Amino acid sequence: MTDATTPVTPRSKKSVSLTSPDARTQKRKAAEARFRMYGIAGIATGIFCLIVLLTSILASGTGAFQQTFISVQVYLDPAKLDKKGNRDPADIAKVSTFGYTPLIQQAVFDAVQQAGIETPLTRSKDMKALISASAAAQVRDVVIADPTLIGETIGFRILASSRVDGYLKDRVMREDVARDKNIDAEHLDLVDALVPLGIVEKTFNMDFITGADASESRAEAAGIGVAMMGSFFMMLVVLVLSLPIGVAASIYLEEFAPKNRWTDLIEVNIANLAAVPSIVFGILGLAVFIQFMHLPQSAPLVGGLVLTLMTLPTIIISTRASLKAVPPSIRDAALGVGASKMQAVFHHVLPLAAPGILTGTIIGLAQALGETAPLLLIGMVGFIASNAPDGIASGLLDPNSAMPAQIYEWAKRADPAFYERAWGGIIILLVFLISMNTLAVILRRRFERRW
Amino acid sequence: MSFVKLTTSALALAALSATTAVARDQVQVAGSSTVLPYASIVAEAFGENFDFPTPVVESGGSSAGLKRFCQGVGTEHTDIANASRAIREKEIKACAENGVTDIIEVRIGYDGIVFASQFDGPAFTAFTQSDIFNALAPKVMVDGALVDNPYTRWSDFNADLPDAEILAFIPGTKHGTREVFEEKVIAAGCEATGAMEAMIAGGMSEDDAEDACLEVRTDGRSVDIDGDYTETLASIDANANAIGVFGLAFYENNTDKLKVATMAGVEPTTESIAAGEYPVSRPLYFYIKKAHIGVIPGLKEFAEFFVADEIAGPDGPLAEYGLVSDPELLATQEAVFDEKVMGGGS
Repeated sequence: MTDATTPVTPRSKKSVSLTSPDARTQKRKAAEARFRMYGIAGIATGIFCLIVLLTSILASGTGAFQQTFISVQVYLDPAKLDKKGNRDPADIAKVSTFGYTPLIQQAVFDAVQQAGIETPLTRSKDMKALISASAAAQVRDVVIADPTLIGETIGFRILASSRVDGYLKDRVMREDVARDKNIDAEHLDLVDALVPLGIVEKTFNMDFITGADASESRAEAAGIGVAMMGSFFMMLVVLVLSLPIGVAASIYLEEFAPKNRWTDLIEVNIANLAAVPSIVFGILGLAVFIQFMHLPQSAPLVGGLVLTLMTLPTIIISTRASLKAVPPSIRDAALGVGASKMQAVFHHVLPLAAPGILTGTIIGLAQALGETAPLLLIGMVGFIASNAPDGIASGLLDPNSAMPAQIYEWAKRADPAFYERAWGGIIILLVFLISMNTLAVILRRRFERRW
Repeated sequence: MSFVKLTTSALALAALSATTAVARDQVQVAGSSTVLPYASIVAEAFGENFDFPTPVVESGGSSAGLKRFCQGVGTEHTDIANASRAIREKEIKACAENGVTDIIEVRIGYDGIVFASQFDGPAFTAFTQSDIFNALAPKVMVDGALVDNPYTRWSDFNADLPDAEILAFIPGTKHGTREVFEEKVIAAGCEATGAMEAMIAGGMSEDDAEDACLEVRTDGRSVDIDGDYTETLASIDANANAIGVFGLAFYENNTDKLKVATMAGVEPTTESIAAGEYPVSRPLYFYIKKAHIGVIPGLKEFAEFFVADEIAGPDGPLAEYGLVSDPELLATQEAVFDEKVMGGGS
């Protein structure tokens, strides 16, 4: 046995010290430090991008929450508004908004004259560039609601035109105005003179949050409120349909269904559906809901149905995951004391899985809230959100848009004032998404149980 | 079970809506994104002044709008198609196949197409159709022979133009604007430079030569924009040397960012277009499905309101926004009033 006597060779020729790390340890440590640096760099890039994104959104969008108004006293001239002089509502309704425009221009002109401002603009028609086209409709609505006001002088707070608003927000520059046929430098001089008098003022604009969309010629009047209602009704449909269907489907698949090829096939399909691009659901919605079932175009009901199809896989997958997370011992205990399988599921498993299901649902809803592509095909993108719904049925069936669709629509329009409103809409949409996601996180933190 | 209840009520809701779906009480419009601003202005004023709900106006391009329009008669189909070009024979046929036979054509006015570049960019201030053709055609005339387009800079073929790389953003083929651009600019340039003659002399039939004239180069110097003018504007913003094709109204809203070029020496304004001096203009149309008049409340009123003097006239809001009003508006108003359909009949 010669090999037994062979002297043991030292592992390394150098003596190993515990205090000074050897080369390989150093290399490993360096690799770890590098890896950490990569991670930190990755997160830093992410945070940097987020900050750039948020600041650019806030910088471009906050302007939309402020709007320029003109306070004037409008004389409701009976000679123009009620030519027959009988105060008959039917006759008064025949005077269109075009009949009201001169009155408002005269009112602004009078205000300028009374303030004693010197201006080369000597005709009341020259005031047109200052006033929003929506003012006439505003005054007309008041008169039609109460024809007895005709002949009186009523104070109105009307919108200033988008150019004037842009000037006060530093969007419209004096040097560019020379080439702009919608407004002249004289008008801007006038605005400068009217602002200290308080006749023209820039204030918080509630109408942007509650109002309806406006046409291209009056960016100043556009609001996202009606589109918000459209989104709300769509989310209602999505919630009412996808939560019960999704939960029922996943309970069956998870608790009752036998494990065979069919259920495997269904499982694969659900996973596939979750990855289908959303526009495909739009095409499906157009073919099935509108062309086959004859549901109305541009209706939030159809939008909701399409988004339900899109959200269902998300909800089913998250519900199944949270049902799976409930330990089998709970089911066994319930069955052991004589509960039926259904009782075991509904009395014990489902309540324990509820926080996970709700989280999944909220995240699915948030995803659906930000979706534009499928809405494009069912007619929810365009100049639509102009009539506020006056009930649940009209909310579901009357044509409406949705928040992301409205933002997309605004971003396309020619007047740069709409661009600002698109960013403002993004801020509102983000507030909704962040609060929904926060709710999901809170629900998970507070109610989720771990075993 | 509350889930069961919820599901049943949801189903009941869906069934309820299916029955009410038959009655649609707002006018549904789709089509050209050039006409969209005008249609939305009219729709808004219509909603304000009438007891009918505000019509719904969607965009998507002339061809897409006409395609939807021609899908059939019934409340699930659109009532009006906006188009920035006249309807084609092919489309009328497709319409007829689906039962859409009586179509009322309404011309609302004219619109100019302008060439504009970044405001601080090179001095693109004057073009002729030949310049655009030389810059964008795949084959051009050089020293009397038809060759593959060798030009990379504007100054290569016209010393008066800036020494800048050729890059143009033109409307994509689904836009009606593209057709006008091809006909009034590219085809005109093709003839003016003599390229068309050379093609015919080279053995092409006249029709083939006309088609070949309309082609644009595919080496990346001419970029199709399928989206809206805002997309073209964004592309111009990013490329100092680029020129883009816009509608007059869009340019007039963005004069702080864009510099417009003259075409054949004429500056594009509503006046020069109305006078017929500016060469690149086109009529704008909308098409009404006659079968829907009387079925959809407010459809005829909307059409009449659209062409009324106070809307489409020279002092109306549409002209203010950039539409060149039609001198024959009176005839149009009468045609709408009489519901005069295309192809003679009444």
